[in-house]
Amino acid sequence: MAKTPYEQTAIKNINIEIKHGEFVGIIGHTGSGKSTLLQHLNGLLKPTTGLVTVDGQDINLKGTEAQKAKRKVGMVFQYPEHQLFEETVYDDIAFGPRNMGIGEEEVAARVRKAMDFVGLGFDEFAQRTPFQLSGGQMRRVAIGGVIALEPAYLILDEPSAGLDPRGRDEIFGQIIKMYKNTGITVVLVSHNMEDVARMANRLIVMHNGEISLDGSPIEIFRDCQTQLEAAGVNVPPLTLLMNKLKQSGLAVDHTVVTMDAAVESVVTAIRRS
Amino acid sequence: MEKFITVKDMCYSYVAYDGNPIIALDNINLSIYRGEFVAIIGANGCGKSTLAKHLNALLIPSSGQCLVNGLDTTDPENIWAVRQVVGMVFQNPDNQIVATVVEEDVAFGPENLGVEPSEISTRVTEALHVVGMEDYRYHSPHLLSGGQKQRVAIAGVLAMESSCLVLDEPTAMLDPKGRQEVLSTVCQLHQDKKITVVYITHFMEEAVVADRVIVMNSGQVVMEGAPAQIFSQVQRLKELGLDVPVAAEMAYCLRQHNINIPVDIITDEELVVAVCP
Repeated sequence: MAKTPYEQTAIKNINIEIKHGEFVGIIGHTGSGKSTLLQHLNGLLKPTTGLVTVDGQDINLKGTEAQKAKRKVGMVFQYPEHQLFEETVYDDIAFGPRNMGIGEEEVAARVRKAMDFVGLGFDEFAQRTPFQLSGGQMRRVAIGGVIALEPAYLILDEPSAGLDPRGRDEIFGQIIKMYKNTGITVVLVSHNMEDVARMANRLIVMHNGEISLDGSPIEIFRDCQTQLEAAGVNVPPLTLLMNKLKQSGLAVDHTVVTMDAAVESVVTAIRRS
Repeated sequence: MEKFITVKDMCYSYVAYDGNPIIALDNINLSIYRGEFVAIIGANGCGKSTLAKHLNALLIPSSGQCLVNGLDTTDPENIWAVRQVVGMVFQNPDNQIVATVVEEDVAFGPENLGVEPSEISTRVTEALHVVGMEDYRYHSPHLLSGGQKQRVAIAGVLAMESSCLVLDEPTAMLDPKGRQEVLSTVCQLHQDKKITVVYITHFMEEAVVADRVIVMNSGQVVMEGAPAQIFSQVQRLKELGLDVPVAAEMAYCLRQHNINIPVDIITDEELVVAVCP
């Protein structure tokens, strides 16, 4: 909508470099530009000005090199189950690889591997229609479809949205397993501060279309609470509790991110006083 | 307190894709009292949405009974009366907007009830005011944020002068700010207008504000009580695959370390008072 009365700047002054093997969390209020930013990472959106490169290749040029670079980036949208369309789970997961021109034998191997990875038994689920699965199962089929592309970079937009605690643990367990085993680079957009604190080794906070903070999650949660609140996001509930305890005079370490570490810190502080 | 909804020996089952019957609700017995704020929690698939849909006759029991304000939901003559008294707000803000202008969406319910046009206009004004959306009366709903859309959906129920609001994970698709908006709107309605609220959620910070919490698992009610009673049962809730407020979990762990913390602590503030000298 550029050059019309409806023109809006969605994101600006974005300068970031995501390194191989990083696990980046992106948080920000609704309308902060996170989804817009994400969609630039695999060429769904082209920048109005500026450049997006993957492994040094500008992905917005024409030609096979740019195509190849774009394919290295796998994207899982929010509510990925909404993008299922094939008649069987197998065919839905196979769609991506088949479109890449991969032979059926290799496609079959990738589908098996992907289904195994997301915890859907091949024999039980391969020939079922995706639309009669539970929501959580459908989500796993959709993620399987992206994994079957074997991307070097995995981008996920709110992968735990709408899931209960068990479902959330499963999905994040799978993402962490993949991260640890394959060295894939992960970029995760989430509202769930606890998940980001637990998994990401780098945190980017977006606010009004710009990057407000960029650094280690622990440092940001520890030192930048005011900025986080200004950006419309909050620290994890555990960090909030630890901050309150500290402010009330208990000598606790408020930078801890797990319950076990927090309990230890509180117990030590209580016994000392 | 007066009983508003009574569910007696209620079962609901349906046939799955493979031809086998699934028992979604297994012998449910519960009462919702007029003016109560009841939260229902449980893992995905436990039957909470199925139960919610029985409360305004979207679903009819396979056996047993659901009485809403004395009306039996299995009697087709009662359906419109039941749905006027109990309104529902669902999870997806986009799936429940039907009009292209906010005020028309809010007016949709009363129009269908045959309310007089002048009366509809008054109700729409009042409903939008109560949810804090009067400035958006002439806006397009699709341009609103998720939280705003859900508030419009709530206004739509208020315009029907329902005395009970059933919300099925109304904040699941919203960001923290949107969640806060919806929860405070509902709390305010409950306090100021004495509306009976049945609130299904996964977010513990929402369930703790309820008068009573019902926990479901595999189609059954497995726990029931005040938030302090329920959330202090940390082990049990974790076994059921549920979250616990961080303060409750911390209190539980501290007790495991032989630190004396009262059993009914579930909020940050209570824990701070208990722990800090």
